[in-house]
Amino acid sequence: MRLATPQKAHPVRTEQIILFRASSQIFAISSASVQEVRSVDSLAGAAVDVNEPNLVKVRHAIRRGDRNLYVVNASLHFGLRPTPAALIFLLRKSRIALLVDGIEKMTSITRLLALPGAFCHEERSWYRGLTVLDQNVIPVVNPAGFLTAEEISLLDALTAHQNWPEAASAAHPELTL
Amino acid sequence: MTWTDQLDTQSCVLLRLGDRRFALAADQVAELAAPSRIFRFAHKTPEIDGVILRRGRVVPVCDIAETLVGKRLTHRRFYLIATRRQKEGLDWVALPVSGECELIQADLTPASPSDSPHVSAWLSHQGEVIEVLNLYALTPGAPQTSVAASPEARV
Repeated sequence: MRLATPQKAHPVRTEQIILFRASSQIFAISSASVQEVRSVDSLAGAAVDVNEPNLVKVRHAIRRGDRNLYVVNASLHFGLRPTPAALIFLLRKSRIALLVDGIEKMTSITRLLALPGAFCHEERSWYRGLTVLDQNVIPVVNPAGFLTAEEISLLDALTAHQNWPEAASAAHPELTL
Repeated sequence: MTWTDQLDTQSCVLLRLGDRRFALAADQVAELAAPSRIFRFAHKTPEIDGVILRRGRVVPVCDIAETLVGKRLTHRRFYLIATRRQKEGLDWVALPVSGECELIQADLTPASPSDSPHVSAWLSHQGEVIEVLNLYALTPGAPQTSVAASPEARV
């Protein structure tokens, strides 16, 4: 009798995530999409004010190399009550810097569940999906969902003639991922 | 078939929302579950209360009582887990109900064009005329095409 060939165990795909707080709610973002984590203080004096009434979630821009990054307040983006933010995530390959209250922890997930079809408004672009961690359902944010291309163009036009402070990127990051 | 035609006998689940009873096609009902913890996160779909975890799925909770009886349920006895056919497969929705549910067989009368969109048919049970619900008109995120008009979406 021939024994059945043992099945190769498929390695479980995991994704490293950062759990962060915005207005006392917990969100997850893929670690791979975060390039640096900075304290808000480290960018004091390096940012310029942005005042676009239709885009109140963006109040500041910072200069990195030859392009502007726009600081999106995560609480306002998600329609939550604004709270004092402590950290900024500079997103990788993006024009977005995300203002968050703090990091809860870093962990990994093995499963990303699709957002149910009944959710049919902005949240569809906000989230890549949902994950379950420690018996809690956590939304996993879509790094591309914070500003549209049109909104970035609008902000570029608004900040085109700004005088940028010196050495905006000289401060050391809290964490480089 | 015109709207005046009588449909075949169908299995329906009677559900209670406050003082009123409604019906849902039995093939749209997955299960009746005890209330469990609702998880809430930021979103912009006002009809959705939050989500529950059920058999490894994330199921949105949608209180249809406000639309049907004019106020939200203060007491949720069960969640009737209903399914909607979507492009990608079945989509689950948890409907809070305030009493026991009952599986019945009934002859359905199709809704007329003057009925509300949430009514897909009518049935008569124990002297009571009951609306058979069109889940697609009551819950958010339904396909854009008018499901109420398609025969397979009717009960």
